[in-house]
Amino acid sequence: MIELRYEKAVDPASAMQLHGGRGTARYLGGGTNLVDLMREEIEQPGLVVDVTGLSGDIRETDGGGLLIGAGVKNTALAEHRAVRARYPLLSRAILSGASGQIRNMATVGGNILQRTRCYYFYDDAARCNKRSPESGCDAIDGFNRIHAVLGTSPACVATHPSDMCVALVALDAVVHLQGASGARAIPLTDLHRLPDGHPEIETVLEPGELITAIEIPNLPFAARSTYRKVRDRASYAFALVSVAAALDVEHGIVRDARIGLGGVATKPWRARAAERAVVGKAATEANFRAAAEAELENASPLSGNGFKIELAKRTIVHTLGELA
Amino acid sequence: MRFIINEHSIEADVDVRTSLLDLLRDHLGLTGTKKGCNQGACGACTVLVDGERINSCLALAVQYQDREILTIEGLGTIGDLHPLQAAFIEYDGFQCGYCTPGQICSAVAMIGEIRRGLPSALTEDLALEQIGFSEDEIRERMSGNLCRCGAYNGIIEAIRATYAEESAQEREAAA
Ligand SMILES: Cc1cc2nc3c(=O)[nH]c(=O)nc-3n(C[C@H](O)[C@H](O)[C@H](O)COP(=O)(O)OP(=O)(O)OC[C@H]3O[C@@H](n4cnc5c(N)ncnc54)[C@H](O)[C@@H]3O)c2cc1C
Ligand code: SF4
Ligand code: FES
Ligand code: FES
Repeated sequence: MIELRYEKAVDPASAMQLHGGRGTARYLGGGTNLVDLMREEIEQPGLVVDVTGLSGDIRETDGGGLLIGAGVKNTALAEHRAVRARYPLLSRAILSGASGQIRNMATVGGNILQRTRCYYFYDDAARCNKRSPESGCDAIDGFNRIHAVLGTSPACVATHPSDMCVALVALDAVVHLQGASGARAIPLTDLHRLPDGHPEIETVLEPGELITAIEIPNLPFAARSTYRKVRDRASYAFALVSVAAALDVEHGIVRDARIGLGGVATKPWRARAAERAVVGKAATEANFRAAAEAELENASPLSGNGFKIELAKRTIVHTLGELA
Repeated sequence: MRFIINEHSIEADVDVRTSLLDLLRDHLGLTGTKKGCNQGACGACTVLVDGERINSCLALAVQYQDREILTIEGLGTIGDLHPLQAAFIEYDGFQCGYCTPGQICSAVAMIGEIRRGLPSALTEDLALEQIGFSEDEIRERMSGNLCRCGAYNGIIEAIRATYAEESAQEREAAA
């Protein structure tokens, strides 16, 4: 077994220095994903750099948004007064994920970078391009009921499993990063890559680049927003389909809309086609259905997950209907 | 490394890979905390850290140095049961008992979460300060603790009875 070292970072600079951009180093948040993957020997780091000591603050930005430190625990974010009042879809998305115990451990940074729950990715007897590049994908012709219908490629059809990220992409969240070449901020929708030919490269992060914070802009109409998650049991299960939505309706007309989808796509999915289809239209079930159709028009089903397309459409219609 | 477990300070030298669960069970002989799945999916390994519930199987012990760790052994003893332990006996909150330490630790923290106003996925109005203690709320909040024996009804009754008792005592004290 590879020897494993542990270091605790006190701030972003020390985290990056300890990590040093080495391929064998990993940042460690709550460990709820990384420790599991290490036990399965899918991740085999020689060094873990504990970043739970990074900023655990949530503060107001000058523009009326929120800046959330990467070390904030999932529970603390869901519980925060301003989040509950102004971005209820985010509170609800987090609270519908995992369990009370796991939410107490998990950090915002770790949640964003958690890896897929594709069974073949976890099973080292299976072929998986993400785990072992160019080896093939056993999900495409295997049990793929939980897999994606949007953003897939012939190399990989795995979903991004986060609930929190679905709400964050709907909110136009921006990720603050700190890397060897300095700090930068990018939209969360640009952080995760589509699998294309290289599912093993999951994000645009540089080696050793650290998530320091996530910023949500001011969006007054998000006070009217929600998260709906459909799964195989009532609680403590990953989404088959989920919808995060905020709707701005005046005199029966949709002035603005934000929609994110989970459980159906290879990355946290911003449903821009649905948004375009519904903005400016009457807030009716028929128009919501048309928006859902527009988003899923190019969905590609596998042998076992075709049901997700209709389920996603109905969940979009239902969620928008609830907000109208 | 120094750990504070059930109010005792303990020195232990363990490998970085050692989970808090294995530290408790294999190194310190505190076998009340159980290993079910060892992957975060069952809650049998639930312990409290600074009053918050976590799954000790996914926790690297090194990350929990100098924190207040409370296990079932620290919660009550046979001669001096925690009220929830007594309620689990009274309401048949277990059959084989394997999930029970995790259920009880989880419930203790969960009651604290409700009291401080943490909403759940079922809470209708996120702005409310006071959260109802309905059966559905408890089931949702306890969903991280599985019971293979299906003792769920007894578990819920035991929690509700204990919470009602505590609330009544508080009201009395206030009056
Ligand atoms: C049984 C179970 C059920 C679950 N159910 C759900 C669910 O329903 N919905 C859901 O959304 N999630 C679910 N999860 C996943 C859970 O939300 C994630 O495991 C958790 O959010 C990861 O956060 P963490 O801090 O523990 O990350 P870690 O495991 O510590 O880290 C995850 C990854 O992020 C990297 N990382 C961490 N912090 C940073 C940083 N600041 N900068 C750069 N890289 C960083 C690590 O190197 C690692 O690669 C479930 C997990 C389990 C075990
Ligand atoms: S879907 Fe992706 S993660 Fe799953 S087996 Fe195929 S390549 Fe691997
Ligand atoms: S043993 Fe930790 S959750 Fe199952
Ligand atoms: S009492 Fe047997 S598993 Fe719960």
